[in-house]
Amino acid sequence: MFIGHFTERPYQDPKSGYFGATGRNLMDLGMSNASYDPKLGADLYNRYLDERVFAEEMGFDGLMLNEHHSTPFCMGQVMNLEAAILARITNRAKIVLLGNILPIWDDPLFLAEELAEIDMISRGRLVTGWVRGTGRESVAHNAVPPYNWERFQEAHDFIVEAWTKPGPFRWEGEHYHYRYVNPWSRPYQEPHPQIWIPGVMSRNTVAWAARHRYPYLMLATELQPTLESFQYYDEVAAEEGYEAGTEHRGYLFKVHVDETEELAEEAGRKYVQGPSNPFLEGNQGIVRPFIQNLPGLTQRNNLLPTMRSFAAAASRGRATQHLKEQKKEAAPPPPKDTYVDQTEKLSIISGTPDTVIPKVRHVLETLRPGTIFFWDGDGAMSHDDQMRSLRLMGSDVIPAVREMADELDLKGPFEADPTGADGTSTDDPAESLDDAATQAAD
Amino acid sequence: MAEAVSYAEGELALATGKIKYLEQGSGPPAVILHHSWGSPGWLPFHDRLAGSHRVVVPDMPGWGGSERPAWARDPRDIAIIVTRLLAGLELDDVKLVGLGFGGYVAAEIATMNPSRLAHLVLVGAAGLQPKNGEITDQMMLSHRKYIEESFRDVETYTDYVGEEPPDDVRQLWDLSREMTARVTWKPYMFNRRLEPLLGDLDVPTLIVWGENDKVVPFECAKQFEAAIPNARIEVVEGGGHVVELEEPDQLAALVGSL
Repeated sequence: MFIGHFTERPYQDPKSGYFGATGRNLMDLGMSNASYDPKLGADLYNRYLDERVFAEEMGFDGLMLNEHHSTPFCMGQVMNLEAAILARITNRAKIVLLGNILPIWDDPLFLAEELAEIDMISRGRLVTGWVRGTGRESVAHNAVPPYNWERFQEAHDFIVEAWTKPGPFRWEGEHYHYRYVNPWSRPYQEPHPQIWIPGVMSRNTVAWAARHRYPYLMLATELQPTLESFQYYDEVAAEEGYEAGTEHRGYLFKVHVDETEELAEEAGRKYVQGPSNPFLEGNQGIVRPFIQNLPGLTQRNNLLPTMRSFAAAASRGRATQHLKEQKKEAAPPPPKDTYVDQTEKLSIISGTPDTVIPKVRHVLETLRPGTIFFWDGDGAMSHDDQMRSLRLMGSDVIPAVREMADELDLKGPFEADPTGADGTSTDDPAESLDDAATQAAD
Repeated sequence: MAEAVSYAEGELALATGKIKYLEQGSGPPAVILHHSWGSPGWLPFHDRLAGSHRVVVPDMPGWGGSERPAWARDPRDIAIIVTRLLAGLELDDVKLVGLGFGGYVAAEIATMNPSRLAHLVLVGAAGLQPKNGEITDQMMLSHRKYIEESFRDVETYTDYVGEEPPDDVRQLWDLSREMTARVTWKPYMFNRRLEPLLGDLDVPTLIVWGENDKVVPFECAKQFEAAIPNARIEVVEGGGHVVELEEPDQLAALVGSL
């Protein structure tokens, strides 16, 4: 099993007036950056990097970064920069980018070059992941939404080719055109870093990932629709003539551990406080469906089971009625105790190791993922909250999860090769990681 | 007054896809190009005009019942197809009336092939970048809010659309917005290559603007007037961006007087 750590790196500014129980609500793409404080930004970027280094020390296999734009809930606008720093200041953990938003790149050759540099600086520890982005990203970098899916696919094909095909060559595509593709950099890993595809929304994307045998990671969706999406992946895999395994299934979910149940609840409630992702159930932000679902961004008849009712918000528990909400331009206020509600359905798992571990086991038994990420240290959680959790992850949770993963035979993508090119696997994930690093170093 | 509904539905097969249109009346042809949110059907404005004109109301390619040219990337592509429609229907001496985005397309048509046009009528037309202000960006508004902004006031909007737009109207708005995004996401609703081509335009042009147009600034009316040699402006008192809905008699009279 591959066990990773994730936080969205929220811009926490208690003085801004936007966040906290008495503050103004955060509306998606509805607040000015006039209140942005770069001194605070400096502290936060460095804090989050420090926490990642500690997460590696505590035994996490992967440090996951994500990317959003023009929003305070995620400071990872240029996550490749954070990744490049981690490449230098960490030693063992994979640096997992989930993911670069391909359609908003007008020049994906830059991306191919950047990722190759990160892979070299980290000596082969990059896991690259690519996404289509939400409406927010298409607005922020002004990529034409109806061509989002076409650009995603073409940029993917182009980058893989730029990494693997000896240059120079010419690329005359539908959306991208190059007269001289010959980057003076190549990925450290052969033939290129593993590509994982994260998502919640698009049936197209699940099918596309399955056809490429790329691991698909469901991002904090509820258990049943997540399982249905994995099953859809399996169906497509079968059509493609292979049997998908645990190495193709990834799941990100909110897990926080703490020293006492009281501390765990206090910190766990912070998941839905502060500038946490406004898509998520019960938090203090307001989504605007017409921005999330820009014209042509998602084909209306191509929604996953998670998306029957319309938006990503629905798959994450927030009731969404697309057309009616367009009028209101705001979601209803969260229910009084959304935290309790979410802990009951395991959207949030927070507790001492003794109470957390059985719940994690339930998730693993239900979904059978080979890759998991614990989403922690988010919302309004402080550095201390995060560090307490990371320590207990290292001492109690990660060892226990490794044991149960062995028992349940949940192999990650570095134990069983998701591409099918190499069927090797090992029972010891840590050993497997070491092997991968060693092979790469050779 | 009772509305006549004797219009016919037509279809023309072009190599670029089928074009659907509504048609009624006889006399000099008047072709009406709809807003970016699509053609809402046969309107009182069309009816008034059909008393003295052959009125043709196409769904532009990619909107309504007309097939989408998936390759189209620019309103100019749409304009080219509409010129094929004019040719296919053998329409000459046309009064080409463009509403909002339809005005943008009409102006593009006039620059590329004015030979079939007798008059150009630009009603709250997009297409030029306003020297002051901005064209309202529908992509940053909900459908409902944008259409509401198109009317002179909320009361008039509610009179036409109702408290809650019916599902078929929402669907029209939704699909129309996608096509709009395909051809004019950026730059939004203008083309810097249009204005230089208007200078030699040899088609008498009437520019009609609602006094309270909140979507396309009146500045654009003045820019069209300055750019086109034979052009004049008529302001519709109290009108919004959707003059054809708010003041159908007045707009029909203006077009009829040409």
